[in-house]
Amino acid sequence: MKYVFRKVLIFLLTAWITLTINFILPRLMPGNPALAMIAKFKGRLSVQALHSLQVAFGINPDQSALTQYFHYLGQVLTGNFGVSLAYYPNTVAQEVAIHMPWTIGLVGIITIFSFIGGTMLGISSGWKRNSLGSAINVPVSIFLNAVPYFWIALVLQYVFAFALGWFPLTGAFAVSGPTGLALVGSILYHAVLPALTIFITSLGGWVLTMRNNMLNVLGEDYVTFAFAKGLPDNVIKNNYVARNALLPNFTGFAIAIGLIVSGALLTEIVFSYPGVGYLIFQAVINLDYPLMQALFFFITMAILVANLLADLAYVFLDPRVRLGAE
Amino acid sequence: MEYILVLLRNRKAMVGVVTILLFAIIAIFAPLIAPYPPTYMGFDQVLPPSAKHLFGTTATGQDVFSQIVWGTRLTLLVGLLSGLFVTVISTVIGVVAGYLGGIVDEILMILTNVFLIIPGLPLMIILSTYMPVKGMWTIILVITVTGWAWGARMIRPQVMSLKSRDFVKASVVIGESPFHIIAADILPNVVGLIVAQFFAAAVYGVLSEAGLEFLGLGNASAISWGTVLYWADNGQAILFGLWTWLLVPGLLIALFGGALAMMNFAVDEMVNPRLKKR
Repeated sequence: MKYVFRKVLIFLLTAWITLTINFILPRLMPGNPALAMIAKFKGRLSVQALHSLQVAFGINPDQSALTQYFHYLGQVLTGNFGVSLAYYPNTVAQEVAIHMPWTIGLVGIITIFSFIGGTMLGISSGWKRNSLGSAINVPVSIFLNAVPYFWIALVLQYVFAFALGWFPLTGAFAVSGPTGLALVGSILYHAVLPALTIFITSLGGWVLTMRNNMLNVLGEDYVTFAFAKGLPDNVIKNNYVARNALLPNFTGFAIAIGLIVSGALLTEIVFSYPGVGYLIFQAVINLDYPLMQALFFFITMAILVANLLADLAYVFLDPRVRLGAE
Repeated sequence: MEYILVLLRNRKAMVGVVTILLFAIIAIFAPLIAPYPPTYMGFDQVLPPSAKHLFGTTATGQDVFSQIVWGTRLTLLVGLLSGLFVTVISTVIGVVAGYLGGIVDEILMILTNVFLIIPGLPLMIILSTYMPVKGMWTIILVITVTGWAWGARMIRPQVMSLKSRDFVKASVVIGESPFHIIAADILPNVVGLIVAQFFAAAVYGVLSEAGLEFLGLGNASAISWGTVLYWADNGQAILFGLWTWLLVPGLLIALFGGALAMMNFAVDEMVNPRLKKR
């Protein structure tokens, strides 16, 4: 119980710190970007949009910083993030709702595939550490882990979209506006290269961490004992080693699930894929501060919640946590 | 000396050391290797690779090969410096939290957990957008702020376990100052872990720098592999079929990052006996 209480407390604390960072950051920056923005947009922005800028930056001269802070917290808690500047007159919440499904569909599915695939590879290369498979697996994973992932996107785009012309260069569906089954096909067709990019670049990390966990568990006494008892290799591999090696990876997987919401930033940008990552980039280049603030809030919250759920799940998964041992 | 010999016997470490040295040589002798000044814009635009322009020319008529050679300097510098700063901060926080324990440890660990959980890339992007000055030091600062937490969390438990060993307790009993104990008894025993963390942090630095520069959040007129990629993407290198302009910088980033990662793994294998080859 103490464990659960502690995790929830840390969750609340982190959430509050994130909110506060989000509030303070724009106010810390020298040269107040908002005043420049307001001068730039004057006459072109509605009163409403100007107001959301003012709230984001706290340049309301009538209010003290503390009043602004509580006003800000209140707005966030009621889900009111103001009006987007780049996509005016849409509100920030509307824009997020438009882009979120693309990201969750693309990144979500691939994250799960890559976790399963990478874990399988990691198990086999940790179990047979001197095999040929392991000898190829490990350096390739290290290399893939160090590749800038937008570059893989550029390479795939160059080879398969430009040079070979097998797949579309950019976008999420055909501009001709297909409907029904044709639309589904078009969406899948456009998702192939971004999906491949995310899969390739995220696989290596899972392989390496799973392999290291396997090696660590293989050094435990109970594994040696299992061998000494003469248990079949497969039983030891799956029930004794892999099962326990998977446990530390669970948090990593939970965070990856939370990270889905932030999208595959650079991949989406390269393929102009209309997900959240692309939206962040649009917010940045258009200096759409209300949108940036809201996106950062959503992304962090998603990870916080995923992490909290993982921590709570450990109560069921790991008896050591349940019994209160550290 | 002993460390170095052990290092050279490891195949991963050999590959890593040789690759990093190679890039260091290119960076140091860039003025001799590059045939043209990297910012000179007088060549014909978007030329394909040829003997005169090994990797072709850019959309503004610069020699890509010269840019890549000069770019080695900034990329290596940012990678290694941010790796260094990240390592220093995570070591200080990890050691202080692990050694002092108690309330200081609690506070530092909560801080670490907060930074561990806030997503790095979005925070980096937002920080660099807000920064009034764009350039190398901004990027290093942003990478350091977002990157130190992981190392701190790795180092702390090691320090905690060392603190309970007899030789450290002996130092406490004979009245050595905490600074002396940390410097003489603790740090030498976590040095392997710190070195491994340095290489991991440098990989993070190199990749983050490339990503930020690619998004145009650095100083786009500085020359690094990241900015070469930024201009390649903005200059429609794909549509002109200029694959060298697009592919070479990314490949080099991957090679350099891979070399650093190899070092990280090699040092890890030496420190953690379970990972050692049997």
